[in-house]
Amino acid sequence: MGDFSTWLAMGGYAAFVWPSYAITAVLLIGLLVVSLWNLRRGEAELARNDRAGRTGAPGRRDRKVPHP
Amino acid sequence: MMSALALLRRDLRLALRTPGDSATVVLFFVLTAVLFPLGVGPEPNILARIAVGVIWVTALLACLLSFDRLFQLDAEDGSLDLIALAPAPLELLVLAKCVAHWLVTGLPLIIVSPVLAIFLNLPGEGYPVLLLALAIGTPTLSLIGAIGAGLTLGARRSGVLLPLLVLPLYVPVLVFGVAAIEAAVAGLPARPHLLILGGLLALSLPLAPVATAAAIRQALE
Amino acid sequence: MHRFANPARFQRLAGAILPWSAGLTVLLSIVGLWFALVASPPDYQQSETVRIMYVHVPAAWMALFVYANLAVASAIGLVWKHPLADLAAKAMAPIGATFTGVCLITGALWGQPMWGTWWVWDARLTSVLILFFFYVGHIALTNAFDDPTRGTRAAAVLALVGVVNLPIVKFSVDWWNTLHQPASITRLDAPAIHPSMLTPLLLMALAFFGYYVTVLILRLRHEIVCRKLRALRLTQGMGAPAMVEQGGS
Repeated sequence: MGDFSTWLAMGGYAAFVWPSYAITAVLLIGLLVVSLWNLRRGEAELARNDRAGRTGAPGRRDRKVPHP
Repeated sequence: MMSALALLRRDLRLALRTPGDSATVVLFFVLTAVLFPLGVGPEPNILARIAVGVIWVTALLACLLSFDRLFQLDAEDGSLDLIALAPAPLELLVLAKCVAHWLVTGLPLIIVSPVLAIFLNLPGEGYPVLLLALAIGTPTLSLIGAIGAGLTLGARRSGVLLPLLVLPLYVPVLVFGVAAIEAAVAGLPARPHLLILGGLLALSLPLAPVATAAAIRQALE
Repeated sequence: MHRFANPARFQRLAGAILPWSAGLTVLLSIVGLWFALVASPPDYQQSETVRIMYVHVPAAWMALFVYANLAVASAIGLVWKHPLADLAAKAMAPIGATFTGVCLITGALWGQPMWGTWWVWDARLTSVLILFFFYVGHIALTNAFDDPTRGTRAAAVLALVGVVNLPIVKFSVDWWNTLHQPASITRLDAPAIHPSMLTPLLLMALAFFGYYVTVLILRLRHEIVCRKLRALRLTQGMGAPAMVEQGGS
């Protein structure tokens, strides 16, 4: 346990070493999550459009309009 | 070549018809520079130390004010389409517009800069080099600014966007423009800095019109 | 239809690369972090703060590398009007900006214990800061137009202007720094890097590279999806559903 706390202390520079790793992780993972989330959202919308197209309804709104 | 000269003459005539535009830029230059003694304090030593930097930075900012109108007005009344369709290469015509821009904004800035130098207590040795450095540096500012004006043509909030794009490009001019004058004030040769400033101008003279013309062609596509 | 042909080939290629790049990124990050935080010795001068280098320096490398990628993609997009290159440039800029931001923040966190200040106008820090502004300007310009193609093309011109200008900025900042040398500071760059430090440095750099590839693929896919959606909306908006149905029947 003493080993672990000396490691955590980083020779007295814990206040600089750990935040730099933490901020790096937050920024990089944040960008990854945002990118993934955007992609999922876009793909979902595309899938919705595809389904709307395949059932013959041109737009989502005019689904109720009978097919001529 | 003739069409470039004709465009230059037209732009100058337009600018002469509304001298207020030019005067606004010069007034902005003077007023911002005058704010510095009020902000920093009137001690002559401090003012002398920051004078060169303040003059250059305010000159950059004043220059920026005028770029959003460089192509915008022509784009709005449709003359930019005609300019782009003209038989003369667009690059040359862009260069003509840059020359006109420099004559109506850069040149007035150079003319009033000694007044600001007096306000800011610039040591006497700096004056000739101040004029020389501004004379070599401000054309580069006009050329680089034209790129930004071309790129932001038709953009949303182009007035805010343009400084964001152009100011980082201005760093070399600022660094060497200030270095030249500071060298002269310190009694060192200003020549190497002025030569690099000249080099920047020589580089941007052919390259900036090419980039600006490319940007304008895309804007009109 | 040929406009979609290339993105389709990209999708297949990306689908093959993605699991590998994602897996390698995770693996390299774990091993790299182990070496960076545990298995490498503290520096005799900078003690434990040297560990900041293992994220700071790879981030700086990636910031430059992504800009080089951005410039190449922009050139391809401008010269050959390749739609995928346009989208790639648009997808790269936020990643590059993030790496540049990481580099600046970790640099500040390294500067405070080493130089006693969060920020010094060191030539390197200053030029990285300007690189960051370049990225920000690029992103802002890309998104400043109602027509996204106009945005990517304008940003491409800006990226190429940056290629000419950034080395000059670097040169001028170096010059400026030698003129205004602040009171002596210990430079961060150790002249010779010990192998025990090189291992975590290279591992982290590879992990960052894998991360870049992974996120680039995800973002590019998103851009392609957006382009498809926009094309769909345009055909729907122009009252074209009838035409679509005619084509379908």
